[in-house]
Amino acid sequence: MALVEAVGVRKSFGHTEVLRGIDLTVDRGEVVCLLGPSGAGKSTFLRCVNHLETIDAGRIWVDGVPVGFRSSGGKLFELREREVAAQRRDVGMVFQRFNLFPHRTALENVMEGPVQVLGRGRAEVRAESLALLERVGLAEKSGSYPAQLSGGQQQRVAIARALAMKPKLMLFDEPTSALDPELVGEVLDVMTSLARDGMTMIVVTHEIGFARSVADRVVFLVDGAVVESGTPSDVLDNPQQPRTQQFLAKVL
Amino acid sequence: MASDVRSDLEVVPLRHPWRWFSGAVILLVIVGLGWAMAEAQIQWEDVPGFFTHPVMLEGLLNTIVLAVAAQGGAIVLGVIIALMRLSANPVARWFAVGYIWLFRGLPVLLQILIWFNLALVFQNISIPMLFSVPTNVVMTAFVAALLGLGLNESAYMAEIVRAGLSSVDPGQTEAAKSIGMTPLTTLRRVVLPQAMRVIIPPTGNNFINMIKGTSMASVIAFLELIHAANNISSRNLEIMETLFAAAAWYLVMVSLASIGQHYLERAYGPR
Repeated sequence: MALVEAVGVRKSFGHTEVLRGIDLTVDRGEVVCLLGPSGAGKSTFLRCVNHLETIDAGRIWVDGVPVGFRSSGGKLFELREREVAAQRRDVGMVFQRFNLFPHRTALENVMEGPVQVLGRGRAEVRAESLALLERVGLAEKSGSYPAQLSGGQQQRVAIARALAMKPKLMLFDEPTSALDPELVGEVLDVMTSLARDGMTMIVVTHEIGFARSVADRVVFLVDGAVVESGTPSDVLDNPQQPRTQQFLAKVL
Repeated sequence: MASDVRSDLEVVPLRHPWRWFSGAVILLVIVGLGWAMAEAQIQWEDVPGFFTHPVMLEGLLNTIVLAVAAQGGAIVLGVIIALMRLSANPVARWFAVGYIWLFRGLPVLLQILIWFNLALVFQNISIPMLFSVPTNVVMTAFVAALLGLGLNESAYMAEIVRAGLSSVDPGQTEAAKSIGMTPLTTLRRVVLPQAMRVIIPPTGNNFINMIKGTSMASVIAFLELIHAANNISSRNLEIMETLFAAAAWYLVMVSLASIGQHYLERAYGPR
């Protein structure tokens, strides 16, 4: 069974329809990159998977569970915010603007989820969190506050913070778009190694090179609908749709 | 022209004759004021005695208790009203708006007088079938002053807390949600600690105002510092001497509050 299954997802902000019926499945261990011009609804769709946005129509399942709902007796019951919070534990998210907690050190940022949300012991979590910081190459920065770190370092701490919850699925919302060009590589390297380790990932990105080398599948969105999807070599090197061809001609 | 500037030319610094002049004027005014105070018909040697007079100390204690209780209550109420103001429930939102409108809109002195005279219109305070007490037993001068000062302050605190909560980047709440935090944990661990930076400075300011505002309770004969000063001077007619002793206590309290605020701000300061 697919880990993520989205069927007919629709979403409007006021009178603007940003998602016009998106169907998408992501298998376990699969890395899917969402590409497309800005305003295509890529980020909105990603946020819907984590229920940071509610959807107007359609349904999203993560690991067989309907996002934002509890199914019982043939009906779907909308969940309370604290029940949604429990669903989100299994899904990690990395934001364009990092969103680290500025009043806590790198290590405290990583420990916050396991300690406060899962109620695990500090000593055990501390050791795990240090190992995670080591994995993203920031062991020596554990005591630094976010303001003392570069953008690339902050984003790597944010990845470690998401991984600390041992998620089944990682969502990346333009993780390198707010970074200086020379810092993009260090974040993509961490994401690449994560993908190699078998993490299921949905990545909204403008990094075509990353999509080509890491993604199992590339999905191209325009105006809230999937225009084309397939392996990177199919979509990126031999696009069939005129919208895809236009977009790639501009960014490549 | 750059070629005219040579290192061997003498540099003449700009003179500031007006700084010297205005500085001298200010010093002269201070000396004059000091001389006037020394020449005034004040029994300076009596002031320290009034400063530590038992009635004055009782007034001091009552002032501190009233100020701390009213501010403490106002902070708790203010957080609740601010959360109602930001709530998704329209009834709660409107209640908060009306609450702030009413308690911020009326003069504190008027509110204190209304609470103190409540027995004139309500003989008993009761919740049917639960309890009932005579109003004039409950509504002592302290309680009336506490309600008058505290409710007014809570309306200001609600606005301060709301500004603080709104100042925190929404991305912080989203990040907290994304690691599975419940709304209450998000508020406690992520939003409030960051909102404190915005909340503490105006709250410290308001507390200093609160310390001085307790003097309004003197009109309903609550024994705070000014009422204590009046009690002492009604016997010896040294009105200015007792008022100066009270004034000294206000300055001591306000100075201590300012120091406390400084350390609080440092504790929650930016990293």
